[in-house]
Amino acid sequence: MADWTRASAAQMAAAMKAGEVTSVELTQAHLDRIAAVDGDVHAFLHVDAEGALATAREVDAARAAGEELPPLAGVPIAVKDILVTKGMPTTAGSRILEGWEPPYDATVTRKIREARMPILGKTNMDEFAMGSSTEHSGYGPTRNPWDLDRIPGGSGGGSAASLAAWEAPLAIGSDTGGSIRQPASVTGTVGVKPTYGGVSRYGAIALASSLDQLGPCARTVEDAALLHEVMGGHDPMDATSLDEPVPSCVDAARQGREEDLAGVRIGVIKELSGEGYQAGVEQRFEESLELLKARGAEVVEVSCPSFEYALAAYYLILPSEASSNLAKFDSVRFGLRVEKATVERTMGATRAEGFGDEVKRRIILGTYALSAGYYDAYYGSAQKVRTLIQRDFAAAFEQADVLVSPTTPTTPFKLGERLDDPLAMYLNDVATIPANLAGIPGLSLPSGTAPEDGLPTGFQILAPAHEDARMYRIGAALEKALAEQWGGHLSAQAPELEVAQ
Amino acid sequence: MSSLERADVARLAALARIDMTDDDLDRLSGQLAAIVDSVAKVAEVAGQDVPATSHPIPMSNVHRPDEVRPSLSQDAALSGAPEAEDGRFRVPQILGEEA
Repeated sequence: MADWTRASAAQMAAAMKAGEVTSVELTQAHLDRIAAVDGDVHAFLHVDAEGALATAREVDAARAAGEELPPLAGVPIAVKDILVTKGMPTTAGSRILEGWEPPYDATVTRKIREARMPILGKTNMDEFAMGSSTEHSGYGPTRNPWDLDRIPGGSGGGSAASLAAWEAPLAIGSDTGGSIRQPASVTGTVGVKPTYGGVSRYGAIALASSLDQLGPCARTVEDAALLHEVMGGHDPMDATSLDEPVPSCVDAARQGREEDLAGVRIGVIKELSGEGYQAGVEQRFEESLELLKARGAEVVEVSCPSFEYALAAYYLILPSEASSNLAKFDSVRFGLRVEKATVERTMGATRAEGFGDEVKRRIILGTYALSAGYYDAYYGSAQKVRTLIQRDFAAAFEQADVLVSPTTPTTPFKLGERLDDPLAMYLNDVATIPANLAGIPGLSLPSGTAPEDGLPTGFQILAPAHEDARMYRIGAALEKALAEQWGGHLSAQAPELEVAQ
Repeated sequence: MSSLERADVARLAALARIDMTDDDLDRLSGQLAAIVDSVAKVAEVAGQDVPATSHPIPMSNVHRPDEVRPSLSQDAALSGAPEAEDGRFRVPQILGEEA
């Protein structure tokens, strides 16, 4: 292959096995690509060329010695900066953690190392994963490879952009209200939020603990499935980790490609359409539904009336949990310290300097929602809405095997466009948030580009808790039908980036 | 429910240990009031008959064996501290200046 960065992770793994390419060659090709385009894209906060190449050399030597290797051994990967990585800086996009090197690995970091995947570096994100555009990163925004003046989504804009810019074939994301799926949608890539508890959160810097879930980012459904199986599984270090086998995502994706969808019921969520949804986004969504029908699926409409309150509930529950989780950034054990006469004044000065505006807004909102006299009206009510949303999903899944919607109401907007209007920014996640509130899995894959602006649109598939495999089956079936129309994957249609000399 | 005033934001910021200048309060108060007004709608549907959900996947009594296992060394645990002394985290004085 002329340019290995254009291959899928599955193709890379097969080619290494067949002796057509080495992990060192693959890893170096991606490092070269990062050097060439990341000045413009800014997907990475930290690049670890030395560490990645060292892992690659070990894999190549092991393969040459005839060792049995894990399926993705030697395939490079980018890691969202929310995961702690021993010996590699971890900031979660915040200035308050600038230069911090964690003394331990997150469970998912450990699993990547055990899978013998070279870690290219850490990807940019909105500060502590609060945002939908990466503009809230303390280190400057990431730009969308489809149009450098537009947002790559958030909070995991760095991971998604690294895939769309061919800087990495796989990346890790975290999804609290859509931070994997929304960036996937606006960059023409694939992103999956597993069932809550399906992937260990140990060592993932917590935003909202009852909503956070780590998941795979990729350019194809099969690649996401391969990474999902590396990441997933029970972990005694996370008390909310599910003690059950990892879903058979790769087999499900294969089934989706090879078999028709006869007998599969697909529910279209009525409330996630109409006002606020861009015409081209809805058009591509409808076309995708037709393709699924052509493969034998039955399409029904379902109603989830409580979704109207999901965004409001989310912006109470998330800030409440975040205000508590972020109390640990107190200038004592790690990160920034702005020294004042007393520890209390030191904390106030440190947090004022280290946190950005969005983090401050949400901490104050959460402190308010949890304060005496307001707790029942705000936090308590939001938790009741959560019950109503779970009931809506339960009723909808009686009528359908999976539920679908556009992933985001619009294609990516321009950098700066919504920065001063937090409420407009929050609307990005209106279709992705319900899954987090209910703990169910969600997958986004590209459905095309909107005719009016030529920018990527996303198709979201939701499944009941523990049924992650279903999304991979339907997703792979749709991906195949779309690829037949396009003559390849959507990412191949992205404009070429200028290459730095 | 009352909307959020500038003085409320100042009080909450103090509780959350975030120093705020007048400019910060001017900028954030209006935005926070708009957000609070928008999210207050949750009370419309939260009837007394609806139970609260705190965790998406119900679980109870999650334990792991109470066994000694390797943990961070003292040096590793202190490695990211802004200041350490005698194997401990060092902080500025903890009592008020007038104490």
